[in-house]
Formats: sequence, C-alpha cells, structure tokens
Amino acid sequence: MMEGEELPGLLVNEVGGMHGILHDHVEFLKKHFCLITMKEFLESEKNLRKKVQAIYLWWHKPVIDKDLLQSLPNLKVIANSGVGMDHLDLKLIASFGVKMANAPRAVSSSTADTGMALLLASARRLVEGYHVAISPGMEYCEADFLGVEVTGATLGIIGMGSIGYKIALRAKAFEMKILYHNRTRRKEQEEQAVGAIYCEKLDDLLCQADFVMVVVSLTPQTHKLIGKREMELMKPTATLVNISRGAVVDQEALVIALRTGVIRAAALDVTYPEPLPRDHPLLKLKNVIITPHLGIKTDKATRMITEEAVENILAALTGLPMPSEVLPS
Amino acid sequence: MPAEGRGWAAAEVGGAAERTVPERPGVMAEQELPGLLIMDVGGTHGVQESLAALLKKHFCVITMKELLENKKEMGKKIQSIFVSECRPAIDKELLESLPNLKVIGNSGVGVDHLNLKMISNFGVKVTNTPHAVADSTADMGMALMLASARRLVEGSQIAVSPDTKYFAADWLGVEVTRATLGIIGMGRIGYKVAQRARAFEMKILYHNRNRRSKEEEQAVGACYSEMEDLLQQSDFVMLVVNLTPETEKLIGKKELGLMKHTATLINISRGAVIDQDALVEALQNKTIKAAALDVTYPEPLPRNHPLLKLNNVIITPHIGTATVQATHMMAEEAIANMLSVLKCQPIPSEVFPQ
Repeated sequence: MMEGEELPGLLVNEVGGMHGILHDHVEFLKKHFCLITMKEFLESEKNLRKKVQAIYLWWHKPVIDKDLLQSLPNLKVIANSGVGMDHLDLKLIASFGVKMANAPRAVSSSTADTGMALLLASARRLVEGYHVAISPGMEYCEADFLGVEVTGATLGIIGMGSIGYKIALRAKAFEMKILYHNRTRRKEQEEQAVGAIYCEKLDDLLCQADFVMVVVSLTPQTHKLIGKREMELMKPTATLVNISRGAVVDQEALVIALRTGVIRAAALDVTYPEPLPRDHPLLKLKNVIITPHLGIKTDKATRMITEEAVENILAALTGLPMPSEVLPS
Repeated sequence: MPAEGRGWAAAEVGGAAERTVPERPGVMAEQELPGLLIMDVGGTHGVQESLAALLKKHFCVITMKELLENKKEMGKKIQSIFVSECRPAIDKELLESLPNLKVIGNSGVGVDHLNLKMISNFGVKVTNTPHAVADSTADMGMALMLASARRLVEGSQIAVSPDTKYFAADWLGVEVTRATLGIIGMGRIGYKVAQRARAFEMKILYHNRNRRSKEEEQAVGACYSEMEDLLQQSDFVMLVVNLTPETEKLIGKKELGLMKHTATLINISRGAVIDQDALVEALQNKTIKAAALDVTYPEPLPRNHPLLKLNNVIITPHIGTATVQATHMMAEEAIANMLSVLKCQPIPSEVFPQ
C-alpha cells in the first residue's frame, strides 16, 4: 500500500477496449507508476488530481484539453505513443509547463515495414489475387492478371525522416532507384548509403517515380500536400502509398485520379477520418488497398513504444534529459 | 537479325537448302522463320498479345487450333514449342505429330509439369528461364511474408467491411524487422530473398543441398543450418526449392511440429513440396501461426478445400512472376534459348532429365 502511494501517478485513458493501453503492458507500467484510468480520475477527481504527474497517451487518448490540464496541478509530462503529434496542441501544453515526448525509435522500423508491405501488396495485386484464389467461382487465374515489377523500379520518398530513411534502406535491397524530397537535404554519406537522389522540387520526384511513398508529419504545410495537381504529375502507371496521415492526401482528388486512370493504384494505411464512412467511394475502388492503420501494430513495436514512453516520463520526473522530447515548433 | 534469321532458317527447314524465288518478300520471310507452337494468343489461356508480337519477330507462330485444323502441314513446320503456364500440355501424341520438333522452351523456371525423360526420348531439348523469374519471385516471397506478418489481407477486409465502426487498438501483427527467416532452397531465387530480407535486419538461416561459399554467405549474413535447426529457430520459414522426387512433401507433419508455434510458413516453390493435409491440421491446431501460399496442389484448389476457409492463411493464384516486365523477360529468355538450339549454339539454360 505504501509503495503504491509513493509511485508517481500515471493517467491513461483505459485498459484494453477501443482506445486503451494494452493489457500486456499493465504489469510493466505498474512497476514504475500508480496507474489511474480516466474513469477512476473522473469518479474521484478531488483525491486523484494531485497524484497525476504524467499522462501516457495511447492512440491519441485521453484528449488533452485546457480543462484537463487545469485540473492536474502536478502534471509534469505527457508521453505520446507513436511519433505523430498532430492531435496535440503543443503550445497549449507547453504553456502549462508540461513537457512532451514521442516514441520515434520504436516506431520507425515497424512503420517502414508497413510501407514496404503496402508497396509490394499493391504492386503485385496481392489482395485482389487472394480474392481470386479463394472465390467460389474461381476455376483458373486469368493469364493476363498482371502486376507491376518492384525490383529495379523508381521509388520516390516524400519525407526522409527516420521512417523514410528506413524505407530507403529496405528499397535499396530490391535494387530500386531512390529519389527523395525533404524539407532539408540529408548528408552526403547518408544519401550514398542508400543511393538516394535528392529532388529539391517535389514535381521532379512525382514525374519520375513508379512508386510514391508519403512519409511526412502532418503539419499545416503538408495538409493536402498530394492533390489533383500532384497526382496529374505522376505517371499513369504509378502507385501512391500513404503511411503518414490521411489528411496529407486530398482524398476527393484521389478518388477521381484512381477512377480515371490518372494513377494506377493507391495503398493507404491512413485515411481521414479513420475509419472512413462506410459509403466512401475509396472503399469500392478495385485499385485501392486500405489497411486499418497498421503502422506500428506489432507485439514488439507496441512493447518498445511503452518502454520508450516510460523512459521519457521517468527522465522528466527526475529532471534528467529526455530521450525524445518534443518542443512546440 | 531478320536477314540472319532468313539465312539459317532456309538451311534448316527441309534439310538441304531449298532455294525458292521470293515472290512476295514479306510472306517469304515469315515462311522461312522456324515454326513455333503456342497454345493461343490472348484470352484466358493464351499468350499476351505483346508477347505474341515478340515471338513473331523470330518465329512463324502457330496456335494449337491452327495445328489441329491442319495437322500434317503445320506439324512439319513446328521446330519449337513455347510453353507458358503449363500450356500447351506436352504428351506423347503431340510429340509424335511433330517430326521436326527440336526444342521446348518453357516460360518459367519450374519444369515439373514436363515429362523430361519422355521428351528426351524424342530427341527434343527442354529449356527454362531461371534468370527472368528470379527477382519477381523473390519479391513475391517478401510480399507474402510481410502481408502475413502484418495481417494485411485481414486488415484490408476490416478496413472496408460494412460492420467496421472503429479500429481496435489491441489488434496486432508480428514484427518482421530483426525476426529470423529460414530459407529452404538457396538457389538464385532464395539468395535474392536473402538479399532483401537482410535490409529488414532479419537474421537469416538457410538450408540447401550444397552450401554456398563463405563470401556469398557473408554478403547476405546467412548461416547454413541443418533442416531441424532451421525449423526450430525460424520465425518465418520460406520454401524456395525445385519440385523433385526428393522435395515432394518435404514439409510434413514432423517438420511442421518442429516449427515454433508463433512461426509462419511461406511457399513460393510448388504446392507439392508441402503435405497439404498436414498443413491444414497444423494451422487448425495452431501448431504453427500462419501460412502464405502462392502455390498449391492442385492449382486452383477445389472450392471446398479447408485451406480456403482458414483465416490464418493467405493464398494467391501463382502470381510469382505475374508482372508486365517479368513475363516479357521470360519470353525473351525463352526465345534466346530456343534460337540457340535451332542454331546449334551453346544453350544458356537447358534442363536435363534427372
């Protein structure tokens, strides 16, 4: 009982369920923290408000707003699961003297793997092929059921952060020609290590790539980065892969581009919103693969995210430098 | 090239050089090109239009229909057969009807559908296309491994299902990066799989009839293993062998039992390399976690086959080389092989009966 009282309070949305932290992680978290769910907090706010020193967001919940921040006088740090911080008002949080952290290390490999999985599945028409293979009416596979080659094709990576770079490393093994566009150019050694060619102009990347992979953060600058104009610059044989945020792509323009053959196909791990309304045209198009934000959804990655979050929180609470602090821009 | 083709074709056809005065040059050129039998052009079982055009540059292309309509005359013309997706089927009757047949050029590397001994008895050579298939097939192996690990097919169904209201937070796949991949069959394709897997920081074990050189192993970070060790240690087991009497049912109940219960089996070789009944049992009992199969026995499976109903199986309809580019490369490689036989030149990829 005494031990529990001495551990700092960690607020989480819930355990399990739609937006809860994973059951498997609870034991690990309880070693370092007194775990408090939002339900418990709301039921006895008076008693618990001073205990909460940290919040661990799992899949953007709990929602961090002014009311919540005002009700937690001893809150020192908010740790986000994952790398994207677009769901948080960083300035508001900083104004309360609260530090923030994300989990870039744990995320990058798994998300890069998701990107490659989608690229390959789309190129080789894997999902369509699966449906042909198991369909009750199937007698044979048409000899003209053809996909497009990945080996030796040109990959254009938009956003060459840690995830984008890991994609480049993987794509290189498929002998892909790699172009990239980024706010800032990478160092020469980094470019050479993956054979990546910098495209200062996004347009140059778009007109050369067989596969366009979007790996940017969502910011006001990247909102609808890929719209009608950008898709028309792409080759009609090209594939668009989005593993960043749904809002980076103009979805209406994408529907038209896919329907009219402006681009060959798309593979989307992210949409806006998630999930899409059940009558959305994207759900009906044959040349689209949509996945339910697979991103980092593996046993190992989720485990690493929680470990990374705990590291950041403990550092913040003991006044030590945080491994992945995020400052407002 | 065309001039050369005319030259030697005239010498080969009919034995002694028969000089005929060309009346209509275009027609003569076609008649002097060696006859090539194909199943059909276009349609579900035929060769793609663009590939047929490629073949017509070097051969006088004759479809099965044309052969059957005029067996005697067409039969004599045919010096080569282009076999694609196991068609046309090569049986004794067909071979007996083609007195001038010299070579069967298979599109693809597997020739388990051809009776090599019988064909050889007719004095006919067989060639395959090991180079053209390698990259595409290795890519397919990687595609299946990633799709299975990350539950991509299941996920895509959830994403579009009318019943989906939210994406569950605890719906997880398994990690590919830094997992252990066991490659059974480290030929051209297996080695390319290793090259790709290395970029995912995978630990690579392999088993092969012959061990690769140290340099080759080091280049991809692959460790030679005995079958049992490979099966016991791998998170992903990928089959990349030829189908031979030795590899038939290579993976059976015993082998599946040795695998981790968290492991995934991927097959891009031939369906018959796996004991399918044992596989069904292993998947149902969770002896292994999942399977991803580009090949089955037969193809396609009967519609009531249990493999079609298991939700931890991905099946694709043998699309390992089904890309625009690969099919062209295979046709080109087959053409080069067949022409080398007809010109009595060294044959790049001849296949011999065991």
